[in-house]
Amino acid sequence: MSDIQIVGAPPGVEGAGFFATSLDQAVGLARANSLWPLPFATSCCGIEFMATMASHYDLSRFGAERLSFSPRQADLLMVMGTIAKKMAPVLRQVYLQMAEPRWVMAVGACASSGGIFDTYSVLQGIDEIIPVDVYVPGCPPRPEAIIDGFMHIQELVKTESLRRRDSPEYQKLLASYGIQ
Amino acid sequence: MSKITNEELLNSINSKFEGKITVVGEPFGMLTIETGTDGIIELLSYLKNDPVLQFIYLTDITAVHYPEQEKAIGVLYHLHSLVNNVRIRIKVFIDAVDCHIPTATVLWNGANWMERETYDLFGVIFDGHPDLRRILNVDDMTAFPMRKEFPLEDPNRVDKKDYFFGR
Amino acid sequence: MQNHPVYTDNDPQSENSTLNLGPTHPATHGVFQNVLQLDGERIVSGVSTIGYIHRAFEKIAEHRPFYQITPLTDRLNYCSSPINNMGWHMTVEKLLGITTPKRVDYLRIIVMELARIADHIVCNGVLGVDTGAFTGFLYMMEFRESIYEIYEEVCGSRLTTNIGRIGGFERNFNTKAFAKLRKFLVDFPKTLKEFESLFNRNRIFVDRTRGVACVTAEDALNYSWSGPLLRAAGVDYDVRAMNPYSSYEDFDFEVPVGENGDVYNRFLVRNEEMWQSLRLIEQALAKLEKEPSDIFHADVPEFYLPPKEEVYNNMEALIYHFKIVMGEIPTPTTEVYHSVEGANGELGFYLVNDGGRAPYRLHFRRPSFINYQMYAPMSRGMLLSDAIINMSSLNVIAGELDA
Repeated sequence: MSDIQIVGAPPGVEGAGFFATSLDQAVGLARANSLWPLPFATSCCGIEFMATMASHYDLSRFGAERLSFSPRQADLLMVMGTIAKKMAPVLRQVYLQMAEPRWVMAVGACASSGGIFDTYSVLQGIDEIIPVDVYVPGCPPRPEAIIDGFMHIQELVKTESLRRRDSPEYQKLLASYGIQ
Repeated sequence: MSKITNEELLNSINSKFEGKITVVGEPFGMLTIETGTDGIIELLSYLKNDPVLQFIYLTDITAVHYPEQEKAIGVLYHLHSLVNNVRIRIKVFIDAVDCHIPTATVLWNGANWMERETYDLFGVIFDGHPDLRRILNVDDMTAFPMRKEFPLEDPNRVDKKDYFFGR
Repeated sequence: MQNHPVYTDNDPQSENSTLNLGPTHPATHGVFQNVLQLDGERIVSGVSTIGYIHRAFEKIAEHRPFYQITPLTDRLNYCSSPINNMGWHMTVEKLLGITTPKRVDYLRIIVMELARIADHIVCNGVLGVDTGAFTGFLYMMEFRESIYEIYEEVCGSRLTTNIGRIGGFERNFNTKAFAKLRKFLVDFPKTLKEFESLFNRNRIFVDRTRGVACVTAEDALNYSWSGPLLRAAGVDYDVRAMNPYSSYEDFDFEVPVGENGDVYNRFLVRNEEMWQSLRLIEQALAKLEKEPSDIFHADVPEFYLPPKEEVYNNMEALIYHFKIVMGEIPTPTTEVYHSVEGANGELGFYLVNDGGRAPYRLHFRRPSFINYQMYAPMSRGMLLSDAIINMSSLNVIAGELDA
């Protein structure tokens, strides 16, 4: 037997030629293992992301083989690097163009909270303008940390209910950012 | 190391600009002279076009703000003569409120963005610059951030609790 | 007969189209924007907008002591952070009149040349990716990981290294670091040779890069270009050769110079610089054998923190520690300009000091910023795909562009 780990099946009823589970678990499994990230790399964390995508750490083992630079085709917005106040409207436009379901990962200290740059020109955390799902601390975070953040996103994606995006809590969250 | 000494350089400059420049010093071997806004372009063009000196490389243009001085903003030019391997620093002090100085883009195209950065950060207006607008900060910013009175941190932050920062 | 449309003068098809390239774009490696006017595929004019990652380094530096500015310099050209760090340390040492022992200089050269190799790996690899060749990039990135491992042995961090202290290094290089370095010197030349054989005479790559964006030496000097770009245009200006620092004058290396400044020349110049860096590292390792192996910093107790065991046991060390951290040691009130050969060109530090703990004014002469201003004038009349290749070969690092 090979020692390659494959993704485990969700709980369900298995038989000869069929597998019965609930729809949201099947959909969650499919989505989590084929996320299309949008690498919004602005500075040093972007270089660590390049190292994560390269052959040594290889993010595509987790299904993120196809990077999408177009927000219309992406699932996961990975914001890597400092976002200055000049860049903030651009980031918001990119987020608004993404179609549901979409998740946001703030990679690095600068995207999470402004990092070491507590200045007049740096946005102190992207969660001032868009909702964030996972924060990966570090300056820059090691590729293992970025992969850990990605695995947290995968957990979120796997366990998300299909009705979550229509729920009033989610609508309230988006409204607090001024997003319809 | 360098083919002409600072003394020869100073003599060469003084032969044409005697009285219009003052020597500030030679910190760490780099001759530093000071001049006024009326003679700066002539001085730069003499340094660039003279066949012996050949300061054809403009290393940098920047500025310093000394708020206690009467002429508060000093515009700095660093030039480099590649053939002779010698560098020179030229300072021009201008008033902080009425800060105009002629542009060096007539001599070097590379001065374009260097002067835009100096305008953006200090408010120095370069007369004759083809496109003097902000380059690093947001376009609708009104203040000049590198001046000493401008604060480092964003004063409009609401989430920073002074208690935790010892204020 | 079909109805073919007839183009008249006020037909929108006869106008130029405006293309917004950036700030988020896969081909612009970093956040900068170019709004281009296109006539079909040809660029008529372009306007560059930068500042999307302006983090106000120069303003922050006025509020930090000298030893706390090193992590800021890391984030200038973050692909080759050690060069920025060493350049800053050398500027402060010039100001304070500290001479470092030869062993420190040789170790610094090793670290800086590794950083130069790392930066050129990224630049040339990504230039290959932009022409469509992904393989070379992947094989070369593996050696960037090896360089990261060497940095980890020295300073603990991979990318933003904060290597060294004012006066030397924070700890001696251990045997593992030297072992990894020797292994790198054996393995990397083979991959670099493979990389060159993939690209140098590859018909597709040569057709895409030769003759694209030729720059004359006069234009390059007029725009204050420096580094591999200027050398590809034919001017042999290398700060390591002209104003040697950190004992570069003891070393034997060549400065590769190109002919017509096009993208192919820039690619070849960067490859050759990697070979010369390997040569420099080997010479440095040979010279290190002759130096006593326990020196890793200059003997300046006023500026170099004493080891912690002495601080807790020795009164003098405690006092020095207090004075350094609290900034009680007077520094000369003068100005200094020092430049090093960064991976992109002449990286200069202009420091005006007022005797206190923090600089009065610190200005970074950033090569990416000065090199990039020629991009918009240069791309007039180019095809769009050539303009993309041109931008990759300029190696604009956004952190250094906006500071």
